[in-house]
Parts: sequence; C-alpha cells; structure tokens
Amino acid sequence: MRLKKIIIIYIFLFSSLYADENNLELMEIYKNLRCLICQGQSIADSNSDFASTVKLVVQDQVKEGKSKEEIYDFLISKYGEWIVYQPALTKNNLLLWSLPYVILVLGGFVIFFIVRKNKHNRAK
Amino acid sequence: MKINISKIIIFSFVVFFLSIFWLGLKKDNNYDTKNIIGNKISNFQLPSIYNNKFISEETLKENKFTLINFFASWCAPCRAEHQYLLNLSNKNNDIKILGINFKDKKNNAIGFLNELGNPYDFVAGDTEGKASILFGIYGIPESILVNSELVIIKKIIGPINPKQYEEILQLIQ
Repeated sequence: MRLKKIIIIYIFLFSSLYADENNLELMEIYKNLRCLICQGQSIADSNSDFASTVKLVVQDQVKEGKSKEEIYDFLISKYGEWIVYQPALTKNNLLLWSLPYVILVLGGFVIFFIVRKNKHNRAK
Repeated sequence: MKINISKIIIFSFVVFFLSIFWLGLKKDNNYDTKNIIGNKISNFQLPSIYNNKFISEETLKENKFTLINFFASWCAPCRAEHQYLLNLSNKNNDIKILGINFKDKKNNAIGFLNELGNPYDFVAGDTEGKASILFGIYGIPESILVNSELVIIKKIIGPINPKQYEEILQLIQ
C-alpha cells in the first residue's frame, strides 16, 4: 500500500516536471518570435489572433518532435527573418553580431590607455 | 600638437552611432511580405465548407493562375473587396479563386456568400487558422496569386483595391 502511494507521488512529480519542461521550451520559442501585428511585443506577450495562431502551430510542431531551429526556419520561410528576434548570423547582419565584441575590445583598449596615461602622469 | 587617441576614438564612436540612428530613422520599418514573392506555397490539404471534399496544392497545379483569398464573415474589409473577387471570377477564365474561410463558423460563412455572391471556385475552411501560417498570412483579408507551378507572384495585404485589381488582371494576361 505504502509502495503504491510512493509510486503515485513519483508519477505526479515527474509528470509535472515534464509538463514544466515542455512549457519552458514553448515559452522560449514564443519569446523569440515577434508578433507582426503588435508594437514591440513577442508572441509570448500577445493575445492577438495572429499570436494565438502561431502558438497553436508551434505547439503542433513541438509535438511532432521538431527542433527549435526547424520551427524558426519554417516561420522564417513564411514571414521572413523579421519574425525572429534573434536572427541567424549571415553576411548581411555580420556587423550587428560582431559590433558588441568590437566595442568590448575597443573599450578595453581605451581603458588600458587611460590607466597607462594616469600611471605615467603620477610617475612624473 | 599632441593627438589624444581616446578623444578621437570616443568622437568616432559618437559619429558612428549618430549615423546609424540617423539611417535607422530614415529606413522604412513597416513589415511587409515582399520577400515571399517567388517562393512556392507549401503542401496543404483543406476541407470544403460545403461538403466532404478536400482541396490540396495538386488541384491548384491544374489552374493557370489561382488567387488564394483569406476571408471571414466577421471581417468588414472582406465585404469591401468582395466585388473585385466577383469581377475576377466573372471576367476571366484564366484565374481560379480559392477562398479560405479563416476562424469562422460554417453557417456564417455560407450566409456571407449567399448574401454577397460566391466568387470562389472552392471554399475551404480553416477553423483554427493554422493553415493561414502555411501561407504566411498575418491578418485578413489577404490574397496570394500563384501560378501553375505554385510560385507566389503577388501578395496583397488588406482588401483588394482598384489598383491591385488592375495589377492582378495585368499579371494573368
């Protein structure tokens, strides 16, 4: 009897864990999809007709076992790159992807020069 | 005169970012679906709202041109464009019109077509709206003109207006 109870508790625990994992994956996908008819909202944030339809399609594709990338590729083929918030790295957006790193390195150089100059002045 | 490297770098950055902001403000950021022109429509299968028949992309291959029109009885702009769809179906044999009834009740859709006339060669139902995603639709009414190879040659977002109606006629000539 006790064993049965433990098994039932375990089933409940794991089923809720599985459900949460599934929801998390769906939410992650929704958050990276732009609601094309809303101003600055993702599919996750919007209750518009378009957003709810895209959610249904994403749910179906996740159930079919499709990966995130496959789902994004499918929606990009239908709506263009604009539908995803995180576009894939291409030669057209190379600057967009590389700029933060370039700024980081250049910022490092600026700090290095300022620190060196201050040290030099103090030494004088 | 001593050149201050830090100041030059900071100044260059300011100029660079201001230029990007200026160019960004000038750019038209309105979303459109021009990029899907030239793409092929996906495989689909949709049921008729009238009977148990289905329509798929194979049927469209038999037509010289097909105008796929998304409509609903609750959509006011759909009423506005309806006359152009009727004109197209009456005047031209080269084009077939597939109506896809979007997130609507069958009876309401049938009532809508009884009231305004039925320009469609086939009326399919898309109760949940999922098929609209296959066609890259994000609001209705929207229309897609495809040729016999199922390549999208024109997409109209919103109700068909007189200018777009003329453009469709030119394209199918």
